[in-house]
Amino acid sequence: MTELVQNLIDGLGRGSIYALLALGVAVVFGVMHLLNFAHGELITVSGYAAYAAFSNGWSWYLVAPLIVVVSVITNLLIERIAFSRVRGSSEFTQLLTSFGIHFLVAAIFLMYVGARVQTFAEPGWIADTYSVGPVRVEVFDTVVIIVAIVTLVLTAAVLQRTMFGLSIRAAAADFDAARLMGVNSDRVIRGAFALSGALAGIAGIFWLMRAGHTSPTSGINPMLSGVLAALIGGLGSLKGAVIGGLALGLAEVMLRTWLPGGAAALTQGVVFSLIALLFIFRPGGLVNVAHAERV
Amino acid sequence: MLLEVSGLTTRYGSISALRDVSLSVGDGEVVGLIGPNGAGKTTLLNTVAGLLPPAAGTVVFDGTDVTGAAPEQMLKSGLALVPEHRRIFADFTVAENLRIGGITLAATERAEMLEEVVEVFPFLRSRWDAMAGYLSGGEAQQLAIARALMCRPRLLLMDEPSLGLAPVLVDAVFELIAELRDRGRTLLVVEQNAARMLDVADRAYVLRSGAVVGQGAGSGLLAETDLFDTFVRGSAA
Repeated sequence: MTELVQNLIDGLGRGSIYALLALGVAVVFGVMHLLNFAHGELITVSGYAAYAAFSNGWSWYLVAPLIVVVSVITNLLIERIAFSRVRGSSEFTQLLTSFGIHFLVAAIFLMYVGARVQTFAEPGWIADTYSVGPVRVEVFDTVVIIVAIVTLVLTAAVLQRTMFGLSIRAAAADFDAARLMGVNSDRVIRGAFALSGALAGIAGIFWLMRAGHTSPTSGINPMLSGVLAALIGGLGSLKGAVIGGLALGLAEVMLRTWLPGGAAALTQGVVFSLIALLFIFRPGGLVNVAHAERV
Repeated sequence: MLLEVSGLTTRYGSISALRDVSLSVGDGEVVGLIGPNGAGKTTLLNTVAGLLPPAAGTVVFDGTDVTGAAPEQMLKSGLALVPEHRRIFADFTVAENLRIGGITLAATERAEMLEEVVEVFPFLRSRWDAMAGYLSGGEAQQLAIARALMCRPRLLLMDEPSLGLAPVLVDAVFELIAELRDRGRTLLVVEQNAARMLDVADRAYVLRSGAVVGQGAGSGLLAETDLFDTFVRGSAA
């Protein structure tokens, strides 16, 4: 029982980071129908920014907001430089473009910074724990879960209550109909990329804190987690992205504990098999998006 | 003239859906656009509204050349389209649908317009927080029109507002068009229901195979063109 509770908290902490990444993927997918395989590069780029800042003596309290800012700016630049040029092309073209950016960013850091893994100090409290009855809880998981909840509540408020949020949701439901209402397509797409970048930035803070390093290929794992979680939840559904993230985090942690000793290394493979099974039985993911009005 | 379309050609690939179409709508006029299925009526509205790029020709709105402008720019200059199939946001509440219709307005103006459209469509108030996807076909059509009116358009384009509605609701739609006309609204309305449209319109254009084949006023227009059979007998069959 104690172990289960401990795993739940651990899984929710991990899942919260995935949820923020997946939500960023889902926001962009909703507006542009682009499955963004370059999403993880936001963490690569902000990871190097963090490394540079640490080299200049910055503390985590300054680096954390820097990561968010760099992530937002990077996403806006990627949209401006690459995606805006293939807007209106087939979804496949956009997908390939996102793959291209994914590899390009890695190649740029490889050529100009080097293949070496750049490490930086994790914050002192990262391994601290406290006890609640028999359960030992990591401070890190607690912080992640609280920040994720606050971020999700704020994001929901923006999407539900502001005209900006309304225009993003309208563009996601029916892009042309939204434009007929006067929703500016450039502005709504840039807004989606900024929001997506901010969410990736917040996830990136914790991802980088836990990793304690960055390298040219740092973007692969967060990209896989974010894209997979968005797919698990049901692409296009923001609620689904959050659920998918939490489900993925919980599945990873639970499997690692439950799989017999030698098989624990196969956690990733088992997770992928489970996802394949999910798609066989629910091809649309956990949350199905109805497109009744789409004609 | 508020809207002047001249020599407009629109292509889907190598197929011309519109060929050299010219028409105009004056301030305060209600103009019908009638013609059989596949005549290019929707293509014409979508091209004027900026959803489709014209291959040739010009669109002049209120003296300004707006050929090829994006839909959001057309809306800003005062032209709104109630699209085919309405395309209301099903997952939005009625209130949210109306608010997004007024996205280009300042907040105070938007609040004023909400009051104004509710006056024209009183049922909206009782369904304010209902999901738009749960509205009946007639209610959804009224919401689509109300939503388009939110941005204070100077010209309202309507694409088949009576399509798919029960006969009693079709009556309501034409009553609404008459009411908007009496309020001094400028409308360009695509309708399959030619006879009904000619009753409420100041004049109409007849479109067939992508070209204007007739124009005029009243039921005489149907007799003048050879389309009487296509419309009246064809649609009754």
